[in-house]
Amino acid sequence: MLDFFKSLFRPVPSSGETAKERLRLVLLSDHLSLAPDVIDSLKRDLLAVISRYVEIDQEHADVTFEHRDREIAMLASVPITGVRERPRPSGDLPFAEAEPPPSLDAAVVAVAERAASLEEAPPQPASEPEPALELAVTVPKPAAPPRAGANGARRRRRKKYAAQPKRAPQNPPLNGQASAQA
Amino acid sequence: MSGRRIVITSGKGGVGKTTTTANLGAALAKRGQKVVLVDTDIGLRNLDLVLGVEKRIVFDLVEVVEGRCQLRQALIRDKRLPSLSLLPAAQTRDKEAVSEAQMARVAEELATMADYVLFDCPAGIEHGFRNAVAGAREAIVVTTPEVSAIRDADRVVGKLTAAALPLRLIVNRVRPEMVKTGDMMSVEDVCEILQAELLGAVPEDEEVIDTTNRGEPIVLDENNRLAAIYDKIARRLGGEIVPFTNLSAPGLFGRLFTLWKAG
Amino acid sequence: MRAFDAAPEAQSELDPIAPPALARGRAIVITSGKGGVGKTTTTANVGAALAAAGKRVVLVDADVGLRNLDIVLGLESRVKYHLLDVLEEKVELDEALVRDKRSDNLMLLAAAQTREKEDVVTAAMKALIERLRERFDFVLIDCPAGIEMGFKNAVAGAGHAIIVCTPEVSAVRDADRVVGLLPSSWRPELIVNRLRPQMVRKGKMLSVEDVNAILRLPLLGVIADEPGVIVATNKGEPLALDPTSETGAAYRAIAAKLAGEEVAAPVVRVAPSNGLFGKLGALFGGRA
Repeated sequence: MLDFFKSLFRPVPSSGETAKERLRLVLLSDHLSLAPDVIDSLKRDLLAVISRYVEIDQEHADVTFEHRDREIAMLASVPITGVRERPRPSGDLPFAEAEPPPSLDAAVVAVAERAASLEEAPPQPASEPEPALELAVTVPKPAAPPRAGANGARRRRRKKYAAQPKRAPQNPPLNGQASAQA
Repeated sequence: MSGRRIVITSGKGGVGKTTTTANLGAALAKRGQKVVLVDTDIGLRNLDLVLGVEKRIVFDLVEVVEGRCQLRQALIRDKRLPSLSLLPAAQTRDKEAVSEAQMARVAEELATMADYVLFDCPAGIEHGFRNAVAGAREAIVVTTPEVSAIRDADRVVGKLTAAALPLRLIVNRVRPEMVKTGDMMSVEDVCEILQAELLGAVPEDEEVIDTTNRGEPIVLDENNRLAAIYDKIARRLGGEIVPFTNLSAPGLFGRLFTLWKAG
Repeated sequence: MRAFDAAPEAQSELDPIAPPALARGRAIVITSGKGGVGKTTTTANVGAALAAAGKRVVLVDADVGLRNLDIVLGLESRVKYHLLDVLEEKVELDEALVRDKRSDNLMLLAAAQTREKEDVVTAAMKALIERLRERFDFVLIDCPAGIEMGFKNAVAGAGHAIIVCTPEVSAVRDADRVVGLLPSSWRPELIVNRLRPQMVRKGKMLSVEDVNAILRLPLLGVIADEPGVIVATNKGEPLALDPTSETGAAYRAIAAKLAGEEVAAPVVRVAPSNGLFGKLGALFGGRA
């Protein structure tokens, strides 16, 4: 993963680093547009959580993803029609759902260094092939240098949700057992 | 016998699918494996050219599928490597001439006659791609360390994963000197971006163009370093744990190290 | 937008049926058959060069599902809507057109990334290209690899073709196939890309003459292989805009030729050796 920390010490990133970072963002954008049903669930969940605290006009609410030069941001535009005296309990959702969606809180994971997580993760057995959406909140850590996706103090005030649909885990490495192949 | 059926694909054109299919097939055959190569690029066939058998084509994949000949009649045996054969594509038809079901049937039959069936996939993700994948049970995704190639490879990886095909990556046309100066992404970068396991990395070699012109896969030239690299890939494919060659080491065969947890 | 005033002769050469009073831009498809020979790079660079020379240019990425013209131009973060959005009338054309970072004269209509080539309706594509011809001097269509639906749709609506071919047997073979599939009234022009003069001299690569002995097309330009192209794509900055780049100069010369100007020097500057320089010069200078 491109390490913007490096770029602080080198005035101009190499073209390879530029390419890597551009690719990261463009693939993120490509993956997002390839998972419309997952995005619909995300939007539903997001609006459900927001409506626990304020009354909203769901019909005119919009959640979009914006691809900017250095990041992808999720932008929610939600008209607020009233304030609730007390937040609604999480079980009491204003919109009828066929099955209870996972809560947004449970889905939020802190962003770890992606390279580190890749190195440490052991190969997992193959599960369902459809893409799973992993919500990542980019929050700068005060002590550590800023990582890719977290652009310093400017971001402290607002949480940015950078969604990365995760590919299904790869099968264990191919072996020479011809009979094992269906 | 039930051979392994592997599609070699990329999304992007020109990254080396056909060259990889030919050379990997030849490397496997050199190790004594029975290999059939299938050119699924109907209308724009090139595997025959790369192997140098273009003058010996009598029947092709479409004619097999349409029942106008037996499968064995269409296979062209390589004169240099007797355990290597080619099933050529048709040149004057289009990709709609074969359906996925038909391709799957041909694949099944071929798997009974060979240890490895390698499908050379056309560029793109349309009908030709779907056909090539229909016959396969595993995939090798070929990419170069360039932005457009990786983007297309990503799309292909997504489709293969959705089809539950295990896949591994070959990073082709690597220029170690450019990686060193930061002007090209590294093999590790590519694997990280695509979240895919590495099968092999092949350096850029201008000899490849010449060998294609002459129809002689480069692995037949023992003096060329690519012969050793493809041999390693063949061994890795067979399940051996083989350390990756350090492409930037001064003596190419001097320093070996394990780049990845392979096997 | 003002209609473009094309030279009447150029217009009638392309489209003998159109009334001379309706001056429109040229719609050129850049195709090859073989993938990876440089169609997208050529489209981006020729477009950028034409725009830098003052022409109004729109680049259309017809590679639905595997779009790359945006990323080669460095405009990937600015694409909001794409070709299919326009063809299916979900958005206005102007909302989908992306202005280039560097030139006001250059616009991009990106492909859809998550759709299929078969989703493009040929008639709608033709109509769109016609509309674009009314607003731009040049409509350059980046064709996908292959000869299937993607190719057919890219060709639909165009009036002219540029064939990009590398000096390799498979590329020549595919280019030859493509030429045979284009409308017979067209006179496609050839760009030989990624030439390595050293290898040609050693006899390890086809020469431009070898390539054109088979294809027999008017030669628009020759571009030498250089690693700088990879760097340029990494950064998303077309070489045509780099005054120090030889490849850029080659693309600028091609653009000048397309714009109808006289080009004095050959486009590939190689150290004179075995008369290769002279040969290329004669090849290039000799064509109209």
